Amino acid sequence: MRNLLTTAATAALVALAVPALAEIRIGASLSATGPAAFLGDPELRTLEMLVADLNAKGGIDGEKIKLVAYDDGGDPNKARTFATRLIEDDEVVAIIGGTTTGTTMSILAVAEEAKIPFISLAGAIDIIDPVKPFTFKTPHTDRMACQKIFEDMRKRGIGRIGMISGTDGFGASMQAQCKKVAPDYGIEIVADETYDPRDADMTAQLTKIKGTAGVQAVLNPGFGQGPAIVTRNYWQLAIDLPFYQSHGVASDGFIQLAGIEAVEGVRLPGTALLVADLLAADDPQKPLVDAYKAMFESKTGTPVSTFGGYAHDAFLIMTDAITRAGSAEPAAIRDAIEATAGLAGTTGVYTFSPEDHLGLDLSAFRMLEIRGGTWTLVE
Amino acid sequence: MRLTPKSATLLILVALIALAPVFFPSGFYYRVGALVFVNALAVTGIVILTGWAGQISLGHAGFAGIGAYACALAPVHWGIHPALSVLLGAAASAVLAWLVGRPILRLKGYYLAVASLGMGILISMVLNNERALTRGPDGIGVPELGLRAVLKDAGLGLSNGQFWYFLCGIALVVGAWAALNLRDSATGRALRALHGSEVAARTVGMDVARLKLQAFVISAVYASVSGSLLALQNRFITPDVAGFLHSVEMVTMAVLGGVGSVAGGIFGAAVLTLLPQVLTVLAEYEQLVLGAVMVLVMIFLREGIVPSMLRKGRRREE
Amino acid sequence: MSELLQFLLSGVTVGAVYALVALGFTMIYNASDVVNFAQGEFVMLGGMITVFAHAAGAPLPLAALTAVVATAALGVAMNKLAIEPARGAPVVSLVIITIGASIFIRGAAQLIFGKQIHRFPAFSGEDPIRILGATILPQSLWVIGGAVVIFVGLWLFFTRTLLGRAVLATSNNRLAAQLVGINTPFVMTLSFAMSAGIGALAGVLVTPITLTAYDVGLAFALKGFAAAMLGGMGNPKGALAGGLIVGVLEAMTAGYLSSQYKDAAAFIIIFAVLFFRPQGLFGRQSTDRV
Repeated sequence: MRNLLTTAATAALVALAVPALAEIRIGASLSATGPAAFLGDPELRTLEMLVADLNAKGGIDGEKIKLVAYDDGGDPNKARTFATRLIEDDEVVAIIGGTTTGTTMSILAVAEEAKIPFISLAGAIDIIDPVKPFTFKTPHTDRMACQKIFEDMRKRGIGRIGMISGTDGFGASMQAQCKKVAPDYGIEIVADETYDPRDADMTAQLTKIKGTAGVQAVLNPGFGQGPAIVTRNYWQLAIDLPFYQSHGVASDGFIQLAGIEAVEGVRLPGTALLVADLLAADDPQKPLVDAYKAMFESKTGTPVSTFGGYAHDAFLIMTDAITRAGSAEPAAIRDAIEATAGLAGTTGVYTFSPEDHLGLDLSAFRMLEIRGGTWTLVE
Repeated sequence: MRLTPKSATLLILVALIALAPVFFPSGFYYRVGALVFVNALAVTGIVILTGWAGQISLGHAGFAGIGAYACALAPVHWGIHPALSVLLGAAASAVLAWLVGRPILRLKGYYLAVASLGMGILISMVLNNERALTRGPDGIGVPELGLRAVLKDAGLGLSNGQFWYFLCGIALVVGAWAALNLRDSATGRALRALHGSEVAARTVGMDVARLKLQAFVISAVYASVSGSLLALQNRFITPDVAGFLHSVEMVTMAVLGGVGSVAGGIFGAAVLTLLPQVLTVLAEYEQLVLGAVMVLVMIFLREGIVPSMLRKGRRREE
Repeated sequence: MSELLQFLLSGVTVGAVYALVALGFTMIYNASDVVNFAQGEFVMLGGMITVFAHAAGAPLPLAALTAVVATAALGVAMNKLAIEPARGAPVVSLVIITIGASIFIRGAAQLIFGKQIHRFPAFSGEDPIRILGATILPQSLWVIGGAVVIFVGLWLFFTRTLLGRAVLATSNNRLAAQLVGINTPFVMTLSFAMSAGIGALAGVLVTPITLTAYDVGLAFALKGFAAAMLGGMGNPKGALAGGLIVGVLEAMTAGYLSSQYKDAAAFIIIFAVLFFRPQGLFGRQSTDRV
């Protein structure tokens, strides 16, 4: 038995050891499989595509980028192990990743301790508030999504709403943030229902909301198949109230899944990526958005989603910082990221500061409405 | 001097834990080692429950969840020291196991599997939904154990990875020692007799239900402590720790390595903890290979890797 | 009133989905005492193969047929390659084999089909049917009808056909069954083919409602397993009733109590049943073997 153990241990060691090369090593731990695969898969594909593209163009100042990417399956414990592996074993100079808030919090602790710059792709505000020296993030916070939606509701004179949220991290976190900021906008949440992301039918919860006195609109935070089913049930029950989705479904895939008849009139806060054709010719985001959309859709054959866009922006910020720093030292990269100003990405225009490691404001969100099976801008 | 199998198992375990770091090329390996030990501790509980008492649990991760959240919540809400919180979680898990097991284990068959499945799902539901207390699916921070700082003041400076490697290693050795003692005790012998034939055990006057209940409660404590160590080590925990997949993972580790023996369970935990790290080179094929390995081991090494290998080795000697 | 009816219709829709999955467990369990954890993957394959065959240009009925036949063939392959070679192993090992097989199938599906979520059109239009102020989708009627047809088929098979009794005999005592001339390997092959086929058919029927992706199998398997256990594992009547009870209970809990804890309702009932009637609502009393 001892022989067997030694052999197994040796085999493991050989497989784990990676030879050191002179190149810029960037690590990633993403949820390419598991419950958050809907988010993590386009993120991983985007990073792989962008790295290959940049290297084909000669890399950064002639130095090639080496991407070391692991799939944490959405498990925070695995994410922590992979973060340790990226830093201690693969010796990366920076990390992109953390598809979910849970995995992000795990990676964050390791990255901060090792003083490695880390750009998260998850939504929760806790990631950058309070500010941690080495942690940044590219997506809007879910609080901003709530604010954008409530702003729009106020404009339409809506004051009492029902919420139906997924019980996954994304849905639950946004549900909590919306409840927190609703009073600021004079909005009262009179019905608050949830569903499991794997549920087959949400008509029971929607019927309850429909029957609640005084509801003027309904909001559904969530991602994946849940919101598509909620939207279909909403249409099935013929609920005649304005219906809001979150940025979690901001992809053409949502329209196809929920069906054109059911999504008519649905509003949600989205990014420039979804309305590339509608952007003004002088919009600073337009060239980037067009290029990314074209490249992603031709490479993968699937429509772009906001989530792939988050990874795109993280990679853009990272390579921009390395170029400006003229060095691939973790501390130098961190300083350069924090000095990023006016950098246009697919999600918005980023300006970081020592007090702000998100770098976006509400203006980056655009209120979209689905009309005739396609996205339109609400002015 | 001839070693008993018990001392041999413990000696090999201690030697492996102590000597392995000599071959570690980077700090990352301490992390993987610590995870192996934490998983192996939970799996040792499964060996007691499934290997000896013949009962299957599909909800043991629920106990790990209780142990983990005890360490996250008790220090913050009641000011209990994290080390004591480990004991608190273990006590809570034992009580719950007793409550669930008492009515169920009087029945024969695989009802514990269903009852524990339900229990595990209910626990993870509470951890997910009670945001005010647990902060929901995004997880919650866990206070520092503080022992590393104490050791440092005492002149023993360890990195975070090293500290957890050795602490979890010691916990595993203690757990394995206790399990092996239990096996050789009257209770252990009765349990294994029971696994052979429940009816026969009952006819010779054993209180079968009580024995099974004891095994279930003990195994719950193992899972709970394992969850506590994971939480304290990661300094952050999410309800995933109590999830169904984690329960299945524990049973799989035990059966793969050899559910009848403590060494087998530990080996199974090592294999299934290391395998995903090795299989990252296969990227998208990881799941495919993992599934195939499980099926093949169960076909060709039915009793699990360690017992089957030992038997082959013995046959060659003869 | 229309609220109660809507909760009921919602519950029946979901319950029929659970019942369909639960029915799939019966065949393999009856033949071998094994709870097949890969059952959910059969449901996933039914939906996914239909999606891709339909996208490749096959008309929907042909695509669905392809999916059922292909999945049944995979069930047979699983029996030949993974279960039969382990004959004589303890039930726990066989269950671990089915868990391994489910991970394998999920891994393969992820490679072949990708990770996107899919759906295909409902069979008889998408327009909801209105009954007394409540609504139900035509596809729900297909799911309910499918569950009833499979239930009747299985029930007739087990009570009226020689082959069906041979399956039950194999599970009760394999050796005795062989002695009276039952071809037990054939019985095993048949039950895997049928279980996989039923699973795939379930996938075909429910996908327009639930949508599908490579990883939906586990959730289906868990709920189907709970439903089958509630009704009594191995009994088609139990599977149908168990599924519907769990579904309606969830909808009522969501409607009148708390949607957060609707999944708890099913398991609390299961605890109660285990306590008072451990063989399940419709299960057989088992006897001891020394």
